[in-house]
Amino acid sequence: MAKIVAITGNEAVANALRQVNPDVCAAYPITPQTDMMQRFSSFVSDGKVKTELILVESEHSAMSSCVGASAGGGRVITATSSQGLALMWEILYIASGMRLPIVMPVVNRALSAPLNIHGDHSDAMGARDTGWIQLWSENAQEAYDNTIQAFRIGEHMDIRLPVMVCLDGFIISHSIERISCLEDEEVSEFVRDFSNLIPLLDIGRPVSYGPLILPDYYMEFRRAQAEVSTKVSKVVLDVAEEYERISGRTYGLFEEYRLDDAEIGIVILNSAAGTSKDVVDAFREKGIRAGLLKPRLYRPFPYREFGEALRNLKAVCVLDRADAFGGSFGPVYLDIATSLYPYKERPVLINKIFGLGGRDYLPEHAELVLNELVEIAGKGTVKNYKEYVGVRE
Amino acid sequence: MKLRNWKEVTPGAVITEAGSSVKFKTGSWRSFKPIWKEENCIQCLFCWIYCPDMAVKVGDGKREEFDYDYCKGCGICALECPGKKGNKAIIMVEEGK
Amino acid sequence: MAKIITLKELSKREIKFAPGHRLCSGCGAPIVVKMVLLASDYPVIASNSTGCLEVSSCISDYTAWRIPWIHSAFENAAATISGVETMYRALKKQGKIDKEIKFIAFGGDGGTYDIGFQSLSGAMERWHDMLYICYDNGAYMNTGIQRSSATPFGADTTTRPAGSVVPGKTEQRKNLTKIMAAHNIPYAAQASPSHWADLVRKVRKALEIPGPKFMNIMAPCNRGWRSRTDEAIALSRLAVDTCFWPLYEIENGVTKITFRPREKKPIADFLKTQGRFKHLFQPENEILIWKIQETIDREWERLQKEENLNKEIS
Repeated sequence: MAKIVAITGNEAVANALRQVNPDVCAAYPITPQTDMMQRFSSFVSDGKVKTELILVESEHSAMSSCVGASAGGGRVITATSSQGLALMWEILYIASGMRLPIVMPVVNRALSAPLNIHGDHSDAMGARDTGWIQLWSENAQEAYDNTIQAFRIGEHMDIRLPVMVCLDGFIISHSIERISCLEDEEVSEFVRDFSNLIPLLDIGRPVSYGPLILPDYYMEFRRAQAEVSTKVSKVVLDVAEEYERISGRTYGLFEEYRLDDAEIGIVILNSAAGTSKDVVDAFREKGIRAGLLKPRLYRPFPYREFGEALRNLKAVCVLDRADAFGGSFGPVYLDIATSLYPYKERPVLINKIFGLGGRDYLPEHAELVLNELVEIAGKGTVKNYKEYVGVRE
Repeated sequence: MKLRNWKEVTPGAVITEAGSSVKFKTGSWRSFKPIWKEENCIQCLFCWIYCPDMAVKVGDGKREEFDYDYCKGCGICALECPGKKGNKAIIMVEEGK
Repeated sequence: MAKIITLKELSKREIKFAPGHRLCSGCGAPIVVKMVLLASDYPVIASNSTGCLEVSSCISDYTAWRIPWIHSAFENAAATISGVETMYRALKKQGKIDKEIKFIAFGGDGGTYDIGFQSLSGAMERWHDMLYICYDNGAYMNTGIQRSSATPFGADTTTRPAGSVVPGKTEQRKNLTKIMAAHNIPYAAQASPSHWADLVRKVRKALEIPGPKFMNIMAPCNRGWRSRTDEAIALSRLAVDTCFWPLYEIENGVTKITFRPREKKPIADFLKTQGRFKHLFQPENEILIWKIQETIDREWERLQKEENLNKEIS
């Protein structure tokens, strides 16, 4: 029997983690993740979970102890944002290279410098090559659902990769929403017991994790890891199907909003997608065939599926809540462009950078974008392929 | 030795065979070789405990022969050997002589 | 209280560190590891920071470790083993494991005094049930003998070479053993492979104490020290006899010197055996040897006073 509650994004994810009841959790505070781990810590102090908590002295040690605990043989979590994610960067590669299914909610926050504690995607985008699976969440409900599914995806015996669940800092983590939670038993039945692969704690079978590998073998290990990445999409869909049966909510690799017969479209991640959908509706009322694509599985990126979803549109704008410096386009733009490249006929593609450092994304920004797309679809000329929207010029 | 392809490597590069280093014979590194002079040996076992390469074989608490598969010829055993009445139980000779 | 064990008894145990590892001929590190693992009556799981020991003991398909072992990165041997130990406690509480397992982290001086300091401090402070073994060879040996905060004053290293203007390392060593004791951990000690019985006794004692323990163990490197391949034990013995590396333990804040050299030798005896100190014997650098001797004497005096102080208090 589902429970309807009014809670924040952080509370929702903390609750999901409580229901999953992992063996070990490493925690280090950073805004805006802090109250998620605080809440989880109170579950520990009240005996509501069996989790052993390691209150580490830095995020680097948080991820390091997660690696140790996961290799030890059990279910492990941590959570972070921004600078914390940046600090644990080298260990993220180690976690995925060692094939350890650690789950980590990332409450997306801008990277320094300048110091900013508000929501944007630069943190998780900076980690997109680390080999972690990335699931992005539009709202607290999705963050809750994604967190629970993350365990089944990462721990799948064909996969065994760490998973990051992303949600917008402050916008989602700190705002109260009406969400539907599953019962505790439903979640524990869904995630099942943790199955070990090669646990260190099995002392009857001593193994060595983390050898030095020379040029004669390193590439084979990377190729093997690349192969695993190709299997993730199917597992994500299978898990989503199973999850639908217990929750009634549908999930895929992405969400297609009124995209079927769309001529113009927006590709956008997380909470801003929610804002944009209302504007898409407004345009539809006016008879304009607008649509929206919201990625959910961002890494490994399902290029073929994205390409198929967008190929028939006339003009698409990819809105990035992070920029990739160096004369480049935003990260999501680059992936979308790559997914469309194989087709002879493909939409005109433009890129807008928005919402950095917690800058508000308003309906008027979506209107601006859609109006521009209407013009491009009509005339076919583009003024600027990349622009910052919502900034004081 | 044939190298494995990408399908044959272990997930996460984990090595599942404990102590597999024994397959790599470091004895070929030597330029000097220790010789055990049993008549001068007081069975103190210092050579056994001090050897960095576990190259002194022991059986039932008694020192036996060197394990030349692994001995790198460092000479620690010879230097530390107390010997009997001033005569060492281990001497280093040039390898190959 | 750990039972005293003889060399003969030790020789009947399986050595959990296999031959065929790639450490240099005459390296002090594998001697230390071998002694530590032999000393344990319990099954051990180890972590290891990046460095000579790690790369040489676990490469490609070859591992010298006959125990479960994990290397993740350079600065986090302590954090990594914290994770394994916590998972152990979690699973033990859940009734999924019933064996008694001990957790040991191995790190070189580079990965312990410097880059690994934070994670070591954090792990000790959090009171994980673990033993941290630092094998101290006095520099970043694996990457080519670069200076660490454990490098002795006056030593020639590749990042602070003895040149015409700078006579090698100009800073004093960090006293990590005392820093660890200041964390109020139940046990911190210094040991040397030359004094194997003292080392083994200390490891056995440490493993019986619940909570975080730290041991700093001398591990001569003939390559970095520019000494002979057969001198690892002799030089660590000399380090002890000159009081450069005193053997002591600090148990619950109480200092006890565990070995007093019959005759305290002058530090020059230690310095002249190694190429890394060769430049100190030039006439213009003699004052540095005097300075080194002065520091050693002062520290030895202080250590003895600390031992007496604790006798008074306790």
